[in-house]
Amino acid sequence: MRINGVEIEDTFAEAFKMWGTRLIITAINRQWAQTAAQATTGFATSVIGCGCEAGIERELPPEETPDGRPGISVLFFVTSRKQMEKQLLLRVGQGVMTCPTTACYSGLSAEEHVDVGGKLRYFGDGFQSSKRLEGRRLWRIPVMEGEFLIDERFGIQKAVGGGNFLILGKSVETALAAAEAAVAAMREVEGVVMPFPGGIVRSGSKVGSRYKFLTASTNTAYCPTLRGQVESALPEGVNAVLEIVVNGLTEDAVREAMRVGIEAACRSGIMRISAGNYGGTLGQYQIPLRELWQ
Amino acid sequence: MSATIVRLKASITLPVEAESLSPDRFAGLRQEEVAALPILYGRRWLTLGDLFEVEGDGSEEIVLEGDLRHVKRIGQRMSRGRINVHGDVGMHLGAEMRGGEIIVHGNVDAWAGAQMAGGLLRVHGNAGPMLGAAYPGETRGMRGGVILVEGDAGPRAGERMRRGLIVVRGNLGAFAGVRMIAGSIVVFGTLGARAGAGMKRGTIVALGGLTDGLLPTFRYACAYRPTFLCFYLRRLRGWGLPVTPEQIEGVFHRYTGDITTLGKGEILVYDQRERAS
Repeated sequence: MRINGVEIEDTFAEAFKMWGTRLIITAINRQWAQTAAQATTGFATSVIGCGCEAGIERELPPEETPDGRPGISVLFFVTSRKQMEKQLLLRVGQGVMTCPTTACYSGLSAEEHVDVGGKLRYFGDGFQSSKRLEGRRLWRIPVMEGEFLIDERFGIQKAVGGGNFLILGKSVETALAAAEAAVAAMREVEGVVMPFPGGIVRSGSKVGSRYKFLTASTNTAYCPTLRGQVESALPEGVNAVLEIVVNGLTEDAVREAMRVGIEAACRSGIMRISAGNYGGTLGQYQIPLRELWQ
Repeated sequence: MSATIVRLKASITLPVEAESLSPDRFAGLRQEEVAALPILYGRRWLTLGDLFEVEGDGSEEIVLEGDLRHVKRIGQRMSRGRINVHGDVGMHLGAEMRGGEIIVHGNVDAWAGAQMAGGLLRVHGNAGPMLGAAYPGETRGMRGGVILVEGDAGPRAGERMRRGLIVVRGNLGAFAGVRMIAGSIVVFGTLGARAGAGMKRGTIVALGGLTDGLLPTFRYACAYRPTFLCFYLRRLRGWGLPVTPEQIEGVFHRYTGDITTLGKGEILVYDQRERAS
């Protein structure tokens, strides 16, 4: 199978069950909403090293936010409910509450919830107060600049993490341009984020290592510099590989993001699109690349 | 399911206690069973059919017509359904209601929504005294739900209120939110004298200024833009209330009190000068 002359390898991406949530962060203007969103989703590329995976989903115009101010929706993904509450408490407490003029709302209507505002409220030292309207409870926490407003509970749902594809290019420049185009297209899909810097990963990993203290190490089969030293997965002419990892609130959203991303990445200078997997032994989801167009 | 229409046959002067006028009581009854429901007329027990014409079988949607100023306790303790009233209504409308909706195209007398726990009570006219208040001897007034009044409301609205929201588009009488425990009162017109007397917690929002200042037991805190009010006012606009963008983005002066009690209540007064600038 080829798209724009680029080969789509007959392989699959292996993805995992996760828990996901959406936060809506608002502020006095879009710059401060963006600042808070970046702070709270920073250093959240991998659950292994960061405790969670997170990213900015999209900007929200004032008419789409609960308080009518400019906003940003961000998505968080973790491996357990308990971890979700822990991560949100840390990240909202340090990344949003500290940021001038912000407020933070649950952006997901779900049956399951984690308690965030209900615990952050104690920062108010007894002067916090709640407002409840139509079953929704908001906490007002006094801060030096006014009040920090936050939902008591945030909806969470089962989600999918680790959707991915690899872009095999003739050069770093062509691979990066294709990856940037892919990420731009994928950001138009609702319910997904690409948690790595700029949405792109260069240090893809394989399971295991020759060192006993490491559970994962560099993906040697896709490192062009190791072509002569290991069993390489790279066809002749490939000199750079970049990976795009995508997490989504649903499997359909992940599939759609992969589809539009791959289509955008298939351009001049790209030789093949592949995907990362563990032989189907680890992940609960297998997403064959060629089935994305069926 | 079509609505059950209940129409007063002739004008009355004696008080009628009509808590049977409720979707909870009507649901599932045939027309003749609805007409046989008991009501207290003065000191005599009658049936609903003695005073009212009933059209249709009982349903969770009731339409009331006629001069109902002497008919009390309509929708009392109701938990579901809807009552549409075309005309003025007597005391205790929707008292202790837990759910459903009551829409009144007219005025309501005292104690409307008293000790209400849930649901929506919307009055397109004026409301009498003790709106959403606590009955004498009770420790808590309104404890949930929403009351919207398009006109004015009388004194002591939200007395001992514990939770919920009262919104008055017109002016609000004296002693609004007296001994309030929590909850929110929003008034678009002027806020009457001695508002929040003895309040522990809760919020009173004055969008149209004050009739007679505030009690000296309220202390000035600051001028700021409460984010939660943006959320509330946008919801009120969704209910058709005349919220302006200037009010949503506006500056409010915060006063806290009543310091004769816990002192964690607040009165937020909209800064109209700030709006003008």
